[in-house]
Amino acid sequence: MGSALAGIPIERWVQASGAEVYLVASPAIPMLDVQIDFDAGSRRDPPALAGVSGVMAAMSAKGVLAGGPAEPALDENALSEAWADLGASFGASAGGDRLSFSLRTLSYPDLLARAAQLAARQMGQPAFPETVWQSERERLKASLREANTRPATLAARAFSRAVYGSHPYGQELTEATLAAMGVADMQAVQRTLLPCRARVTLVGAIDRPQADALVRTLLARLPAGADKACPALPPVPEVAALAQASEQRIAFDSAQAQVLFGQPGFARNDPDFFALTVGNYVLGGGGFVSRLTAEVREKRGLTYGVYSYFSPGLHAGAFTVGLQTRPDQAGAALQLARDVVARFVAEGPSDAELRAAKDNLVGGFALRIDTNRKLLDNVANIAAHRLPLDYLDTWTQQVEQVTVAQVRAAFARKLQPARMATVVLGAAGPAATP
Amino acid sequence: MKPLLLRLLGARTLPVWLWCFQLLAGQAHAQSGPPVTQFTLANGLTVIVKADRRAPTAVHMLWLRVGAMDEVDGTSGVAHVLEHMLFKGTAELKAGEFSRRVAALGGRENAFTSKDYTGYYQQIPSARLEDVMRLEADRFANNQWADGEFAKEIEVVKEERRLRTEDNPRAMMSEALTAAVFVASPYRRPVVGWMSDLDAMTADDVREFYRRWYVPANAAVVVAGDVDVDQVRRLAEKYYGPILARPVPSRKPRIEPLQAGQRRLEFKAPAEQAQVTLAFKVPGLNEPADAVAPGASPEDALALTVLAAVLDGYSGARLDRTLSQGAGRLADNVWAYNGLWGRGPQLFVLGGIPAPGKTAAELEAALRAQVARIASEGVTEAELTRVKTQWVAGEVYKLDSVFNQARELGSHWVQGLPLDAGERLIERLRRVSAQQVQAVATRYFGDDQSTVAVLLPQPLDPNRKARVPAAAMRH
Repeated sequence: MGSALAGIPIERWVQASGAEVYLVASPAIPMLDVQIDFDAGSRRDPPALAGVSGVMAAMSAKGVLAGGPAEPALDENALSEAWADLGASFGASAGGDRLSFSLRTLSYPDLLARAAQLAARQMGQPAFPETVWQSERERLKASLREANTRPATLAARAFSRAVYGSHPYGQELTEATLAAMGVADMQAVQRTLLPCRARVTLVGAIDRPQADALVRTLLARLPAGADKACPALPPVPEVAALAQASEQRIAFDSAQAQVLFGQPGFARNDPDFFALTVGNYVLGGGGFVSRLTAEVREKRGLTYGVYSYFSPGLHAGAFTVGLQTRPDQAGAALQLARDVVARFVAEGPSDAELRAAKDNLVGGFALRIDTNRKLLDNVANIAAHRLPLDYLDTWTQQVEQVTVAQVRAAFARKLQPARMATVVLGAAGPAATP
Repeated sequence: MKPLLLRLLGARTLPVWLWCFQLLAGQAHAQSGPPVTQFTLANGLTVIVKADRRAPTAVHMLWLRVGAMDEVDGTSGVAHVLEHMLFKGTAELKAGEFSRRVAALGGRENAFTSKDYTGYYQQIPSARLEDVMRLEADRFANNQWADGEFAKEIEVVKEERRLRTEDNPRAMMSEALTAAVFVASPYRRPVVGWMSDLDAMTADDVREFYRRWYVPANAAVVVAGDVDVDQVRRLAEKYYGPILARPVPSRKPRIEPLQAGQRRLEFKAPAEQAQVTLAFKVPGLNEPADAVAPGASPEDALALTVLAAVLDGYSGARLDRTLSQGAGRLADNVWAYNGLWGRGPQLFVLGGIPAPGKTAAELEAALRAQVARIASEGVTEAELTRVKTQWVAGEVYKLDSVFNQARELGSHWVQGLPLDAGERLIERLRRVSAQQVQAVATRYFGDDQSTVAVLLPQPLDPNRKARVPAAAMRH
């Protein structure tokens, strides 16, 4: 098995500006995927402006400023047409940790050059037109109000607040923060996008010299740090552990009840990462074959989907167990899921379960890296968390080395079933009230 | 190609057309990827193979030419329930064992049901192809399970319906709209089935459907990735070959009668935003001529797809630009799409969410006005080239996903199309002219073949008690 997989050659270098570049050449198809990540995710949103990074990301597509005599300004429609005419796509999004710009383009030289310039303009010289913002704000407000009629949205919000408290990972866009934010706030986010903070991942039909030149072009219009200064950004606090269990029972009329429970999990650089990843596959991450699916869905038919997952980021993202079920079954399903989790934390997996997890994760490793898109996600992840460049080459060994004792110990360190936050929305019968 | 491009080159600033030339010229090379091979086993099973050696992985799919459209009233949803039950055991395997074995091979798997087809797939390291072919052939031929397994899984399917449809007002409206658009065509029923049909379904209903439709001549195996044709042929003969041939049942035509007047429906649901959806009956690409209306041509399906792209193929396309931008905008969101092809009748759909302070009626009129404008003024060459450029580029991007290529091959087989239907489609779309787009905008958007649904938002009462389901009615 090992011999069938050559190592994934990832080249990494740092440009004079401080931008880090990661390249996997994949020449077979004349296309290129590029992801440019900045430390400007929603964890950096001021509480009164929660959601501003995501809004800035969306608004960056609404037009670009003039770039010189040969580069007239482009309004949102001209910009969008320009991308369509290139057969390419470019967009931005904000997660908890990162603000990401993503480019997908054909690699024919003339097209690629045009795509690079356009992307550079959109990242470096977005217009953030005030009139468009006014309309967008109204659209977002209406969309928020609609989302607030949905049971899954309301349950997720209650859970997030219970787990994260005041930590920025639990913040979200609201009508109040929408009303408070303006173009100046988006420009403020955009000014933090310095080349020295950029981590650029490229996968596709391109070589190193071409990639180096391309990245220079992409970042050329970003604000330059004065004297190549790269001021440190303020630290973000860690997610606090929960001091005690909490339960919210929320009345709602819907066809299904929403059940969520969990707590802060772990950060990506935690040494328990592999033990927790392998262990969660057994508990609730392994799809049809997980313990939660076996108990709640397969044996009892209580739900279509039950899952558990960690969301490790720069901070301890939540550990979440979730399911939906008929309202009169919510109590039973919740108790069952809690029992499964508690038992797993106390006992860990069996030898057979651990073997099965490894068979899947190790045996199926090639499926994690068999497209340009998957490679891009993996390498951008390596960049984001400063994982070693041979991370993909040693991944299967790391999984193989995990023991039952390690899983048990890691789960005992990380999860406290007696102190989790629980949300049940839309239950009927005894589960409807505490 | 050349004369068309020379005509285009004069129309706008040079660089834009040069890029498009490069893209469109690129299509002349074998950008469509490696060749595809198809053969049929003695028992009638079709096998389709597409080799792609970029990575040591493969996808193996089993497609059945049976879906929700082959059901009858009273047992709607049975095709999808059967898809669930395929995971519940064979003569050799207990319930859940199939999934455990695929997982132990390092595989990822799932299945899907639509109105036209049912499909099962595994993505595996290519060295595991024989294992999954053995497993899939076994459950295709020998699926069996106790009544108790059905009793549990039907509850899972009901939860799936609650999740996907019943707690989603727009999905509920879409279900009601589809049932109003089609009166005789089996497309009128939802794939997941009506809840009362799920409540009334029996284990034997599912077994009967399985025995009837899961026969080799009604199935195709699609294998793509790090494989070769001889290897797949040998494995297919070994594992699928011995499955007994049985006749494919005859299918009743269930032709949708010509619609002779507009239908309208209102749908009340808890929501903040209204929605309007307009469905127009249009020819599908592979239908007999005149199926929809006298003078209708299947070729029009191509022009309708181009029309949908001009209206909504990119941000700032016609609908977006005119209706959902600016302070006085009518819509917060708008869309258009054309069904193009399938085993059943096709629709062209326009829809939108009115902006605050605007009404569904205003938006409905505005959507139709956008099509009418194209009917009277046509579309520009720039717009045509833009949408075609995106399709051509998309063909290159598609090469990055062996899974998507395999899925396309399976869905083309279901419709009885040739192996190169995908490439031929792109070529045919590229030849659609502005005149053809204008002609279909004129021909298919009158009242008489349209159905309009409006979602009327109802206030939520958060203090209302949660629902308790009615006891299942069994007589």
